[in-house]
Amino acid sequence: MAEAGRRRGPTGKPRYSIFALARNALSYHENWQAAWRSPEPKPSYEAIVVGGGGHGLATAYYLASVHGMRKIAVLEKGWIGGGNTGRNTTIIRSNYLWDESAAIYEHALKLWEGLSQELNFNLMFSQRGVITLAHSEHELKEMRRRVEAIRLNGIDTEVLSTSDVKKLVPIINTDPGIRWPVMGGFIQRRGGTARHDAVAWGYARAADDLGVDIIQNCEVTGFLKDATGAVEGVETTRGTIRSRRIGCVAAGHSGVLAALAGFKLPIQARPLQALVSEPIKPVIDTVVMSNAVHMYVSQSDKGELVLGAGTDSYNSYAQRGSMNIIEHQLAAACELYPIVSRLRVLRTWGGIVDTCPDASPILSRTPVEGLYFNCGWGTGGFKATPGSGHVFADLLAHGKPNAIAAPFGLERFQGGYLIDEHGAAGVAH
Amino acid sequence: MLLIPCPWCGPRDDAEFAYGNQAHLARPADPSATTDAEWAEYLYFRDNPKGPFAERWMHAAGCRRWFHVVRDTNSHAILQVYKVGEWPDPAVLGGKELS
Ligand SMILES: Cc1cc2nc3c(=O)[nH]c(=O)nc-3n(C[C@H](O)[C@H](O)[C@H](O)COP(=O)(O)OP(=O)(O)OC[C@H]3O[C@@H](n4cnc5c(N)ncnc54)[C@H](O)[C@@H]3O)c2cc1C
Ligand SMILES: [Zn+2]
Repeated sequence: MAEAGRRRGPTGKPRYSIFALARNALSYHENWQAAWRSPEPKPSYEAIVVGGGGHGLATAYYLASVHGMRKIAVLEKGWIGGGNTGRNTTIIRSNYLWDESAAIYEHALKLWEGLSQELNFNLMFSQRGVITLAHSEHELKEMRRRVEAIRLNGIDTEVLSTSDVKKLVPIINTDPGIRWPVMGGFIQRRGGTARHDAVAWGYARAADDLGVDIIQNCEVTGFLKDATGAVEGVETTRGTIRSRRIGCVAAGHSGVLAALAGFKLPIQARPLQALVSEPIKPVIDTVVMSNAVHMYVSQSDKGELVLGAGTDSYNSYAQRGSMNIIEHQLAAACELYPIVSRLRVLRTWGGIVDTCPDASPILSRTPVEGLYFNCGWGTGGFKATPGSGHVFADLLAHGKPNAIAAPFGLERFQGGYLIDEHGAAGVAH
Repeated sequence: MLLIPCPWCGPRDDAEFAYGNQAHLARPADPSATTDAEWAEYLYFRDNPKGPFAERWMHAAGCRRWFHVVRDTNSHAILQVYKVGEWPDPAVLGGKELS
C-alpha cells in the first residue's frame, strides 16, 4: 500500500519517521521491514566494492545515488560494520593542518551535517565540539600557528586558554603541578561524534534502496585478470563474481588484498584499542583529546566514558593489543580527570588500522587496471566516512581522481609529495 | 599482550621492548643510483603479511640489544628468536628464503 510522502526506491522501503514509529508501536514493533536484503551474488556487476565498512557502503551508496549505477555489489567477509566502523570512538573533526587534508575532511564534515536527513536514518550526529589540549609552551605555540592555518582554509577553530577549557570541561584537573599541566588548547565547535553502527546501517539501507546488493559472509580470496593484466573479477568464498571496476576499501586488511592483487602498499596493520567505563550520569558534554599524553575522552549517550589512546607498536591482524597501552591511557585519565579514578572499566577492544607513513589516506588507481584502493585512513578515518565514499565513488565512476582525491594517489610516495599529518594530527582520531 | 623471549634476558612483557618492524632490509648500496621507484620502495614500502613475519625488536628497558623474531601477526605466536647476523628458518616462514 503506497502512502503519500514516502520515498520508495526500487526495493520499495518505507521511510522511517515518527509516524512509522507510532504505527509500528501499534503492532508491537513486529512488522518493521528488513533494512536491507540479503541477496545471492549475481555472476557480474558494473562495480564491486570490497569491504562493507562505512567507507565501502558509502562508496556504493554514492555510486548509485550520484553516478546512477545500479548493478553494484558490496562484498563483506564478515558482517557489515563489524570492522573498524563498529570499533572506533566516533570522533569527527576537520581541523587538519595541510590544505589537502582540510579539503577532504571538511568535505566529509559538510556531508555529515545533512546526512541523517539524506539517508533517512538517525546517525545521532552530535556537534558537541572537539577540544585538543596543549601541555607545554611549545605545544601551545604550535597550536596557535595551526589554528591560523586551519582558519585560512575556512574551517572553524579557536584557541582556548586554560580557564576556557575549565569552563567547558569542569571535571578537568587544571592544577599546574601535574606532570602534563593543561596550558590551553583549541576547539573545533562543529566537530563531535556520531553513532558508528548507524553510519554502516544508514548507508547500507539507503544503498540497498537504490538496488545495491550487500553480500555478507563473502570474503574476497583472489583477483581475476584478463590477458592485458586488467582486473575482471574476484574469487570469493561464495564463488566467482565478475566486474571490470573494483574498489577495495578494507582498512586493516588492505595489505592482504594488495598482495592478492600482486602489489605492495606503503601500509602497516597495527592494533588500535579503546575502552569504555561503566555508565555514569553526564559529566562531559564535549570531546577532549590530548596528543602529549595520548588519551582522549567523550561520553556516550548511555553514559559510558569512551576512552581512546595511540596504537600498539607492532604489526598485527589479531584485533587485540597489549595491556600497557590501556594502563598508560588510564593513568593519564586519572591524572587529568581525577573523578574517574574509582570507575570500573566495562570493556576494552581493538581494531586493526591501516597506518600510512604520512598519516594520510590513499585513494588511488593501482598498478592493476580497473582496480582501485581506498585505504590508509589508519586511526582516524571514521570522521571521513561520507567524504571518503563520495570522492572514491567519483574515482571509480570516472577512472581518474577529482581535485579532492588527486593529492592522495599512490604516486606521492615516489614523487615525494607526502601529506605529512603526523605532527599535525598526533593521535590522529 | 606478547611475551617476548629476549635472547639475553629471557621472556619479558612486550612493554619492555621497542619495535623495529621488518627485519633484513638492506639500504641500497648506492642511493644516488636508485630510481625514484626503488628509493620509495626502500623508504616507505614494507612487508605487511597476515602470518609469519621476520621483524626486529630491541629490549629497551632491559639489555638494550637488538635481535630478530619471527612472529605470526595473526595469532601473535612467536615462532623463532635469533640474533643479529643470523637468518630465519625458511620452514618457519612458510618456505620463504630471506638470506
Ligand atoms: C579503537 C579505534 C578507535 C578509532 N577512533 C576513531 C575516531 O575517534 N575517529 C575517527 O575518525 N576514526 C577512528 N578510528 C579509525 C576508523 O575506525 C577507521 O579509519 C574507519 O572506520 C575505516 O573505515 P572502513 O570502512 O574503511 O573500515 P572497516 O569498518 O574496518 O571496514 C573494512 C571492511 O573490510 C572487510 N574486509 C577485509 N578484508 C576483506 C576481504 N578479503 N573480503 C571482503 N571483505 C573484507 C572487513 O571485514 C571490514 O568490515 C578508530 C579505529 C579504532 C580501531
Ligand atoms: Zn634483553
